[in-house]
Amino acid sequence: MSTHDDGAQVPPSPSESRFVAVQQSSEFQDLRRRYRRWVLPVAAISLLWYFAYVILAAYAKGFMSVKIFGNVNVALIMGLLQFVTTFGVTALYIRFADKVLDPVTARMRDEIEGGV
Amino acid sequence: MKVGNPWLNIAIFAIFVVVTMAVVLRASKTNRSAAEMYTAGAAFSGRQNGVAIAGDYLSAASFLGIAGAIALTGYDGFLYSIGFLVAWLVALLLVAEPLRNTGRFTMADVLAFRMQERPVRTAAATSTLVVSFFYLLAQMAGAGGLVALLLGITNRAGQSFVIAGVGLLMIAYVLIGGMKGTTYVQIIKAALLIIGAGLITVWVLGKFGLNFSALLGRGAQKGASLDPGKKYGVSALSKLDFISLSMALVLGTAGLPHILMRFYTVPTAKEARRSVSWAIWLIGLFYLFTLVLGYGAAALVGPERINAAPGKANSAAPLLAYELGGTLLLGVISAVAFATILAVVAGLTITASASFAHDIYASVIHRGRAPEGSEVRVARIAALVVGAVAILGGIVANGQNIAFLVALAFAVAASANLPTILYSLFWKRFNTRGCLWSIYGGLLITITLIFFSPAVSGDRAAMFPHSDWSWFPLANPGLISIPASFLLGYLGTVTSREHLEGKYAEMEVRSLTGAGAVREALEH
Repeated sequence: MSTHDDGAQVPPSPSESRFVAVQQSSEFQDLRRRYRRWVLPVAAISLLWYFAYVILAAYAKGFMSVKIFGNVNVALIMGLLQFVTTFGVTALYIRFADKVLDPVTARMRDEIEGGV
Repeated sequence: MKVGNPWLNIAIFAIFVVVTMAVVLRASKTNRSAAEMYTAGAAFSGRQNGVAIAGDYLSAASFLGIAGAIALTGYDGFLYSIGFLVAWLVALLLVAEPLRNTGRFTMADVLAFRMQERPVRTAAATSTLVVSFFYLLAQMAGAGGLVALLLGITNRAGQSFVIAGVGLLMIAYVLIGGMKGTTYVQIIKAALLIIGAGLITVWVLGKFGLNFSALLGRGAQKGASLDPGKKYGVSALSKLDFISLSMALVLGTAGLPHILMRFYTVPTAKEARRSVSWAIWLIGLFYLFTLVLGYGAAALVGPERINAAPGKANSAAPLLAYELGGTLLLGVISAVAFATILAVVAGLTITASASFAHDIYASVIHRGRAPEGSEVRVARIAALVVGAVAILGGIVANGQNIAFLVALAFAVAASANLPTILYSLFWKRFNTRGCLWSIYGGLLITITLIFFSPAVSGDRAAMFPHSDWSWFPLANPGLISIPASFLLGYLGTVTSREHLEGKYAEMEVRSLTGAGAVREALEH
């Protein structure tokens, strides 16, 4: 570990060619594929689901105003479902990142920083 | 109209200030280096930072603005809550961890990683300052209204005086405590705010025999509609405006510089992930409370009294507290609301001053070779200047709609910042010109459209209601400015011959694995 002017510990900086080599490695390609295959579709679906809800709220007032029970209507249920999906995606992502990504990234980080 | 006892309100707020100032003074022992000033040495845990993020994010607009919007219009106010919450998924899935892994202090660290450093840092610092300015203005404007209600000060000069006092207090927190002190203030404030809102929620539900449906019914009788559209459904244009606003809300969060900076206060990407997860749970919980607060205020206080109060919609939550718990609960809730403004303004000030000192002064002017210790000194002076601007802006903007001003800050962040952040992290070909076009283009388009919108002139509720130079029909520009900024980033990139794929390899490896990231700045 080297030391910054302000006392921060900075790991030794591997060269650019080293990073290119790592990027080309099958282990990294595999990590990237798994990461992107999870986060990109999930982010896209979450946003689509949000905009579907927004568009319904703006243009499908009749449908959104249908009462389900008591004074609780479709609009409220759909709004609360946005909370449920946001919490759900958060929990699922944390589990995925902890179980699938972290072990690989930890190993690769040690390799890169150790192998300068 | 007078509610509560101003002296009690002041006393409770004074207790908050004394307690937090003691905490800040304790934290200030390590506030000398740039790393300590900006990111508290990256030494907070994910949970601490998550609570602090909630403290930073749940601004006066969230607390007072949304509760008031639900109380007066009903369901349309709730739509704000949902946009503000879902937005966090973008931050969680796409931004927080790569940002923590590739940067150290500011948003510009990530954007300038593989680009020509000086022009990109200048652009990123410019948009950081603009977003922070709009956001600051919103918070300080809110302080004025709150003062009117809680301290019974109705004349403009008196309100201005109190706004200046809030600003000076905030500057003291920032200068003495740096990021560490400010973070503790945010943690304390978030806890008070969520507990306070939770208490009122349970109380309101208790009044209706824990029957949520009965509460909704009573609120609806008083004009808080259960169906969407009361505010945004009146015309084809207002519906489009609503779509535009929703876009800005959901895409703005992950581009807010003061939120991005919070990801640097933890040691690793894993802790950054933990922070966002904590923040999402806390923020979501709070927005569920606002639903009850809003309909509760409609049902128990009623729109006539809310509209008659100084601050109008913004006073719905404090009036509800008064209705339930009398003078004491009003005092507590008002102190929490003040603390909210104070903490958010402090966070914004740190971000703006760090961006100026680190990006402009140290990197652009001195090319990374600024004299020892001078960067921190510049950051402190910048904090003073930002504080002064916030005070003046707050005095001028006193009385403007808080939620509207915050929505503008979100529109600028979503247009000028988010496209460049996403392109930087995920698009190999992205380069300097694309980055500059997207930031400056996004800024210019957003601000131009706002200036010529009915929000600024030509409308009864506009900033300048008596003149009319508007030609852009939407109050929020997001629908046009966000896609335009993405497009500009693309066009700028493909028309430039600069290729930075080699540097992208490094950035990609770092952003995914965390290799080479600054993990621990201080030995504690």
